[in-house]
Amino acid sequence: MAIVDSAPTALGRLETLPSDWPVGFWSHWGVFTVVIIAFVLLMVMGFIWLERRGMGRMQARLGPNRAGPFGLLQPVADAIKVLLKENITPAQGDKIVHWLAPVVVFAPTLMIFAVVPFSDGALLADLNVGILYVVAISSISALGVFMAGWASSNKYSLVGAMRNIAAVVSYEIPLVVAIASVVLLTGSLSMNDIVLAQHIPFILLQPLGFLIFFISGCAEINRSPFDLMEADSELVAGFHIEYSGMRFAMFYLAEYSEAVIISAIITTLFLGGWRGPVLPPWLWFIVKVFIVFFVMVWTRTTLPRVRIDQLMALAWKFLFPLALINLFITGIELLTWPEALPWVMILVNIAITAVLVLLWSKFFKLGWGRVEV
Amino acid sequence: MKFERYGKGIAKGLTVTIRHLLRHPVTAQYPEQRLNVSRRTRGNELIWDKEKCTGCATCAKTCPQGVIHIITSVSAEENKYVVEKFEMDTGYCISCGLCVEACPYEALFMGYAFERAKYQRGELVQADEMLLASAKRRPSGYMHPEIASELPRQTLLVERITEEK
Repeated sequence: MAIVDSAPTALGRLETLPSDWPVGFWSHWGVFTVVIIAFVLLMVMGFIWLERRGMGRMQARLGPNRAGPFGLLQPVADAIKVLLKENITPAQGDKIVHWLAPVVVFAPTLMIFAVVPFSDGALLADLNVGILYVVAISSISALGVFMAGWASSNKYSLVGAMRNIAAVVSYEIPLVVAIASVVLLTGSLSMNDIVLAQHIPFILLQPLGFLIFFISGCAEINRSPFDLMEADSELVAGFHIEYSGMRFAMFYLAEYSEAVIISAIITTLFLGGWRGPVLPPWLWFIVKVFIVFFVMVWTRTTLPRVRIDQLMALAWKFLFPLALINLFITGIELLTWPEALPWVMILVNIAITAVLVLLWSKFFKLGWGRVEV
Repeated sequence: MKFERYGKGIAKGLTVTIRHLLRHPVTAQYPEQRLNVSRRTRGNELIWDKEKCTGCATCAKTCPQGVIHIITSVSAEENKYVVEKFEMDTGYCISCGLCVEACPYEALFMGYAFERAKYQRGELVQADEMLLASAKRRPSGYMHPEIASELPRQTLLVERITEEK
């Protein structure tokens, strides 16, 4: 219903394109499709480089430094290596599903960027349900993961896929509730309007929401410390154990482009998106995305991997109640105190965050150790 | 009421990793960068001083592996042994240094070099002139502090490792 109502306005906005863009619906579509694909691929390469070099330096190593200056061409070398390898389909596997799964995982990650603004109004489609679209589309890749696990005809890949789905479904809930508290502040689901509403970055107004979104975002895309389904130092691979060559490359690409997406959404929702002084908006956006991803690399290097029961407990006992309380408090604040000074609100919210985290540390422990049943 | 588990440990860990990000990496990129080994290293070869050696074969008797093979003849006019052949199979050498410690005339030294790998097994057997000291075959300071004082200081990993590109 909402989408049908919004169609004229969405098209109406497209007609008022910035004057330096080629005018017209299809040229807009064509330009932004090319821009988005190029952006995602280049950012993935940048992320792979940043992760390997940054992680290396944090472990007092150098990281890859042979291909190109400072190892900048290492992702290219990796891609060439993996593309030249043989594409193997298991003899007992479901051939079509096995072939389709990497595409189903990767395609949504490109589709999400349709609603991420690079500058004011510079986005493929300014949907008025933008963030809802993001949540809906990003869940499709969970289906691809299960297709991969099932079609491989391998018990390990199936178990890996099941754990992955369990984690994604569990962490979707605190994620969406954290988004809802941001949407309460802005009163709009459109990504562009959310950025326009952030005179103060929402990380200050919603510190607890940011924390919850960051943690559950990391868990959603299976980044360390929540990467126990494909723990690269312990297991072979998880759900993509039977994949090689081009299809494995697709999974690898999808993994990092999901990281790009989570970083981009955190930037848009909490860090003020493309807004910032001096630099052009698109550069601010990229810089902020890289900063968010650097924090992800930082936590990955620091924190040890959790067990599956700890993973579930963190989602349901820690993040979910806190996200609900955060939504509730945000609603009360907006109802009872609508024209409070922003700086007062920031201090109050940071104090509430500190109190809640301290309180929950008394209720909930992650490291109970092994429990004999 | 004691507060714990609110993220203090995570914050500590994060400071540790960020401090490591800002320090020097310890990786030495071997073929381009070489570290100075310890001045008292027992490298993988033996240096023999032909002038000091009297052919007493104490080294051969001490060697637990039987690596050193020494053949002498008697020179009647000089009233001493002449070393005809001094041979060692470095493939069996365990670098224990007992021969160097046992030599009564300080004619044996451990080697300072560590890059003496060979392609053929036969090349491991070194004899006579091959065992003498040269620019590439320097004696190490093992058992010989006067040699050690002239060798370059050992590189510590915390210092001066830079990326070479």
